[in-house]
Amino acid sequence: MKSFQTTKRSNEIKEKIVKWLLFSATAVTILTTIAILFSIVFEAIEFFKLQSFWYFITGTEWSPGVEGAKFGAVGIFAGTFMITFIAMAVALPVGVLSAVYLSEYAGYGVRNTFKPMLEILAGIPTVVYGFFAALTVAPLIVEIAGFLGLNAAFNSALASGIVMGIMIIPIISSLSDDVIKSVPDSMRNGSLALGMTKTETIIHIVLPAASPGIISASLLGISRALGETMIVVMAAGLRPNLTWNPLEDMTTVTVSIVNALTGDFAFGTAETLSAFALGLVLFVVTLVLNLISVFMIKKFKEKYKSNNL
Amino acid sequence: MNHNPFYDPTLKKRHRFNRIFRFFALGSLILSLFFLFIFLFDMVSKGLPAYKQTYLLLDVEYTEQSLDDGRMAIDRDYRAVVSRAWFRDFSVEFAKKPELMNTKAKVWVLANAEVDQYVKGSKHRLKDREIALVDRLKEEGRVEKRLNLIFFLTGDSKIPENSGFYSAIVGSVLTMLVCMAVAFPLGVMTAIYLEEFGKDGKISTLIEVNINNLNAVPSILFGLLGLAIFINLFGLPRSTPLVGGLTLALMTLPVIIVSSRAALRSVPDSIRQAGYGLGLTKIQVVRDHVLPLAFPGMMTGSIIGLAQAIGETAPLIIVGMIAFIPDAPSGVMDAATVMPAQIFTWAGMPERAYIERTAAGILVLLAVLISLNTLAIYLRKKFEVKW
Repeated sequence: MKSFQTTKRSNEIKEKIVKWLLFSATAVTILTTIAILFSIVFEAIEFFKLQSFWYFITGTEWSPGVEGAKFGAVGIFAGTFMITFIAMAVALPVGVLSAVYLSEYAGYGVRNTFKPMLEILAGIPTVVYGFFAALTVAPLIVEIAGFLGLNAAFNSALASGIVMGIMIIPIISSLSDDVIKSVPDSMRNGSLALGMTKTETIIHIVLPAASPGIISASLLGISRALGETMIVVMAAGLRPNLTWNPLEDMTTVTVSIVNALTGDFAFGTAETLSAFALGLVLFVVTLVLNLISVFMIKKFKEKYKSNNL
Repeated sequence: MNHNPFYDPTLKKRHRFNRIFRFFALGSLILSLFFLFIFLFDMVSKGLPAYKQTYLLLDVEYTEQSLDDGRMAIDRDYRAVVSRAWFRDFSVEFAKKPELMNTKAKVWVLANAEVDQYVKGSKHRLKDREIALVDRLKEEGRVEKRLNLIFFLTGDSKIPENSGFYSAIVGSVLTMLVCMAVAFPLGVMTAIYLEEFGKDGKISTLIEVNINNLNAVPSILFGLLGLAIFINLFGLPRSTPLVGGLTLALMTLPVIIVSSRAALRSVPDSIRQAGYGLGLTKIQVVRDHVLPLAFPGMMTGSIIGLAQAIGETAPLIIVGMIAFIPDAPSGVMDAATVMPAQIFTWAGMPERAYIERTAAGILVLLAVLISLNTLAIYLRKKFEVKW
């Protein structure tokens, strides 16, 4: 009897120890988030001690490395916005329409061959896309622009935007496909029974029903585009440029971060710390986009009681 | 026609629109696959030539002078077409074999990058005199394209024809070893905790939201984390596989956690109940019954996470893994570069010969990724259990 109790006790202790061990591993993920937040916030605060916060978000002149350096990031934000916009203009229609075809029209065989192929696009490393953008797409754009009598820079926003769009297509199509598939068939059948054509059913019934999911996919896509680094480092410009012309060179937040940290500046100067200020902006924006996206998917799930998302 | 009560004058238009829409949907699917093919075709056509390298059959003189200066071994006329790397290596090799002194031999000599590009029919910067020279050699059958072993056996170099991918491959392997050694146990342990021990707690929900967010944090921010915490706070050496691997481990962690949780969840509860019914403790049930069943799924997820980490560049650039590394690192504390970082460095080089090598490096990287993903699919198929 006694021996039974001691085994039970030792088992309980063992279980407690194991549980705590496992929990400490789990804590690493939380620590990572906290560490990201703190490492970025602290260094960003250091930066804003040296430079004005107000000028950072409203100033247009970015001139690190010179006497009386100025850090106005509006030009950088504008470039980021422009490239993200171009990327979404490519990825959103192509991605959503591909998803519509895969889920509404394609047969089983077509779907099973094409879907994995789309996913290959998502698995290609971004540095490879960057090489493609810089050496194949950019010269092509210069040539086409020249043919049309326009002047394009070799590191135009258009080149990196288009390639970034290609990269984002699978993100949008795969999530949209899941969402469109989980719209209940009864809705489609009801619409078809009322005499709507298939296209009208898709446009007026299926897509509106799936819209929270599609919006959520787009937000994820935007967040990927904002944080994408290698494509823009290799194919976009270095100088902040406030312009509406996508054929000119523009720079992005991520390019400026890489530049600030791979340059010859000592750590702790405003030049390197500016990377953390930009990183903070990037972190906050992508976090908000992601939270909204998760929230919308949750709403969609609740509405259609779908668990396969 | 008009007597038909169901007649709808817009019907024809609506059906036409129906066809157009379907056409557009199919078109965009084909467009995205077209992008994929253009892309692959572009990489293969740019990269394949780099697997061949041009050699020239030249007279080599082993004399006192050429022992001092490798350039003297080759006839003055031909010096401009021979690689600088060959001259450098020649003196070293010659010094090891003094018995060759005062002899002559016909030797296959590494041509320089411009000659190589000319022979392959790409853009080059040879002068007319050199072109005539190479053409004459070609007629005499003294030009040969051989398998480019240099690319696989040496590290980076400032001489294009002498630069290789080897040190980047070794760097990638070391970095991935560190990454997986940290991320795999942590990820699996977290998954076990969340699925088997801490179910439905407040902490679990918090962690779940957190993992979701970590998944969406741009990779470059993990670089900032690595720089601020591992390098500046802990004082770990810059540019090393250790720092790079740790940084990537934090990025890979969410992927491994999510897939490991799915694997654990797919093990039916009846297995656990049976274990408890026979009087096993929780630890015994998890260790001896649930884990072995979930393990293949965990492996599959980890391999996919690994494939993502291998291609990741941005955070590694931030922690300094883009240094010029001619020799392969011998440990995790040596400065190293990784495959994607080497691709990035070469892509920025002005010489045409580097472009070819960049694409060749990309093909190597893609081959690694494809084999990893195939392995993951194979494992999944092989160990898939239908309950």
